[in-house]
Amino acid sequence: MEQLPKWADLIVVPLVGLILAFILSMLMVLATGHDPLDALKLMVSGALGSTYGWGYTLYYATNFIFTGLAVAVAFHASLFNIGGEGQAALGGLGVALVCLFIPWPHWTIALLAATAAAGIFGALWALIPAYLQAKRGSHIVITTIMFNFIAASLLNYVLVNQLRPKGAMDPATAKFPKPSHLPSLGEILNSVGIPFAKGTPANVTLLVALAACVFVYYLIWRTRLGYQLRAFGKSQPAAVYAGINPVKITIITMMISGALAGLMAINNVMGEAERLILGSVEGAGFIGIAVALMGRSHPIGILFSALLFGALYQGGAELGLWTSIPRELVIVIQALVILFTGALDNMVRLMVAKVLVRPKRAEA
Amino acid sequence: MSTAPAIELKGISKAFGAVQANKDISIRVMPGTIHGIIGENGAGKSTLMSILYGFYKADKGDIYISGQKTAIPDSQAAIAAGIGMVFQHFKLVQNFTVLENVILGAEDGALLAPSLRKARKELTALAAEYELNVNPDALIEEIGVGMQQRVEILKALYRQADILILDEPTGVLTPAEADQLFRILHRLKDEGKTIILITHKLREIMEATDTVSVMRRGEMTATVKTSETSPEHLAELMVGRKVLLRVDKTPAQPGEKVLEVENLRVVDAAGVERVKGISLEVRAGEILGIAGVAGNGQSELLEVLGGMENGTGTIRVNGKELDLTGKFSDARSRRKRGIAHVPEDRQREGLIMDFKAWENTAFGYDDDDAYRAGLLMDNAAIREDAQGKIERFDVRPANSELEAKSFSGGNQQKIVLAREIERDPDLLLIGQPTRGVDIGAIEFIHQQIVALRDKGKAILLVSVELEEILSLSDRIAVIFDGKLMGERLPAETDEKELGLMMAGMTGKDS
Repeated sequence: MEQLPKWADLIVVPLVGLILAFILSMLMVLATGHDPLDALKLMVSGALGSTYGWGYTLYYATNFIFTGLAVAVAFHASLFNIGGEGQAALGGLGVALVCLFIPWPHWTIALLAATAAAGIFGALWALIPAYLQAKRGSHIVITTIMFNFIAASLLNYVLVNQLRPKGAMDPATAKFPKPSHLPSLGEILNSVGIPFAKGTPANVTLLVALAACVFVYYLIWRTRLGYQLRAFGKSQPAAVYAGINPVKITIITMMISGALAGLMAINNVMGEAERLILGSVEGAGFIGIAVALMGRSHPIGILFSALLFGALYQGGAELGLWTSIPRELVIVIQALVILFTGALDNMVRLMVAKVLVRPKRAEA
Repeated sequence: MSTAPAIELKGISKAFGAVQANKDISIRVMPGTIHGIIGENGAGKSTLMSILYGFYKADKGDIYISGQKTAIPDSQAAIAAGIGMVFQHFKLVQNFTVLENVILGAEDGALLAPSLRKARKELTALAAEYELNVNPDALIEEIGVGMQQRVEILKALYRQADILILDEPTGVLTPAEADQLFRILHRLKDEGKTIILITHKLREIMEATDTVSVMRRGEMTATVKTSETSPEHLAELMVGRKVLLRVDKTPAQPGEKVLEVENLRVVDAAGVERVKGISLEVRAGEILGIAGVAGNGQSELLEVLGGMENGTGTIRVNGKELDLTGKFSDARSRRKRGIAHVPEDRQREGLIMDFKAWENTAFGYDDDDAYRAGLLMDNAAIREDAQGKIERFDVRPANSELEAKSFSGGNQQKIVLAREIERDPDLLLIGQPTRGVDIGAIEFIHQQIVALRDKGKAILLVSVELEEILSLSDRIAVIFDGKLMGERLPAETDEKELGLMMAGMTGKDS
């Protein structure tokens, strides 16, 4: 396949994919008898047109940054971790245990403890598939996806039988105690005099997500571990030649990946719901795959693609709220974006390559 | 000769992006001759043949077959024009019989039986005509590479090929098998077939061809009668300057034993024993060359020594035993014991092709304190170190920011060599040092190996190129089927004797 210049690979390809997805989406909207331009306008203004919209967009984006980073780290070692869903769910369990049973004096300490718990739970949930891959050769795609189901069942059991408050009908934990409440973005910004919609779920976890981006950047490109896991990802025989232990690197990489996915729980469980409910991850683990693909497994790319998907989520919700466009169509639109920027990435790349590379050959 | 050329290419040009693989190439191949095409890797030989066989379309230029202008848009058209191709890597179905492979793609109808009957008759005829004897009912996986190559030739002949192109046909053959192949080719020529032989081995050109064309950097630099040229002259035409074909070296001054291997056995993942009790030693200041046809256990020998594979037996380096199966049997532990390893397959093992050159110069040594700055890697230090290596080993282009894959084979090998040799190892393992390396770089690489020996280091050399083994080694051990067939001194042996030993035949043992 032709090699694309870096800028084309990083910017043009995702952009073209996005445009194609939107064109197709708008055609679908048209087919249901609505005005596609109105719908587009509503989506954009709903997601980005107000601080209220931003409050939701950033909240979703925070989730996707964590799961996107999780997928990206594994990608660099050529491991396809599609168990972000389960790892985030387990991270939620860790957060819930820490917040429910330990009385924290201040939210900052609670946040640190919850971060640790979410990371450890997520990492341990990734450890088993990692071990099976490294030692037994069980394919990580199969095992991580199966572990998503196991995680869902496990959480179901724990919530119904262990953590549900007496008398409650809902398979969810009790509300976390007040001191573990994380300040929302609105609260923070308002306290320094910047107006921002209150009651939106974006919270201080966003800063943790940004820190995670920086962490992943240094991990992958500046540390020995990152060097080794990238080498392992590019060529396993070469890794063995260099003395990199494939078992060790697989397990460590997957645990870091799982931990990152687990960290998502401090956003949705501790920051937003303030209790653990069933199905709290809501597919963010899978969106992470598209985010990582579109973001080219680079923290900066992931930041932007997470924002895009966050906006898409929020805009889609607005569309469902204010128009009679069926909710299902909104999901279709989101799916199209994932399809074109994630799964059909190579198709778009070929198209772009044809346009960009051929003229050059004629010159030569 | 007054007849029209069997093949005439006129002004063929082909570019891939900015790379001009073929530049205005014209060539005439007369019928009933063996025409050699020689050139370094990347000179454009394969591209030219791919155009002739319909894999690529030329940007410019025309193809004439027997004087007729012919368009070859795909390989079907090439076959129809009477062109047959024997690829370097055979395209045979392993669990099919010879007969089934021959008719594959040339079946006459929906039912196989008639085609098989016809092919069997034809094969018998061909075998008689060209002395191409193979058992039509043998499974491909059960016959040797030499035989497999005959099947490829038969496939082409069955498709009525008058022009046979062979791409690096001797890469996998023993010298004896190669001689056999050349006998077959001569026989084919006598029967009026035209043969194009693509190779980078000067010896084969001199032995087998009538005419030879030299390619360099996409251009056809010369076409000469083989009888009127010499290897030195051809090498000069290939590289564009005078090349030293012989390695200049003084007699070895062997010192202490550095490497001692006793009764080494290696079993591969499939449970097949690849190394069957090998014992050898290498002393400081000498080069032990392991000769053998690929696949006879030499790769596994290197891999165990380099810590990439487990084995049983005893290996001592500087008198101290190596861990062969446990925690310290990995490559990193080997490096700490003073063993450096230039692996056989540099693109798969020795380098990360997508990494930049400077990242590759730290590969395997990334735990070195010099490359570390606190928790992070000291990329500035690695870059600086890399630039020095690149200059000292004359890597071109001298740009450490380029990815390893954008260097030529020879320059990639220089990067690996620089990394391993500059570690000042006690023992250097080196596999296929010049495979896929251009002649100009071969000279340099050989000099570096000899210079390391002269510094009193022990060197274990594995190569399938007999010429290389003969000119570099101070002692030669021949490996066959996982066992050493014996040792020879280069001055007291020749390619013929070594070739016999490589095929498992041995008269005397040292």
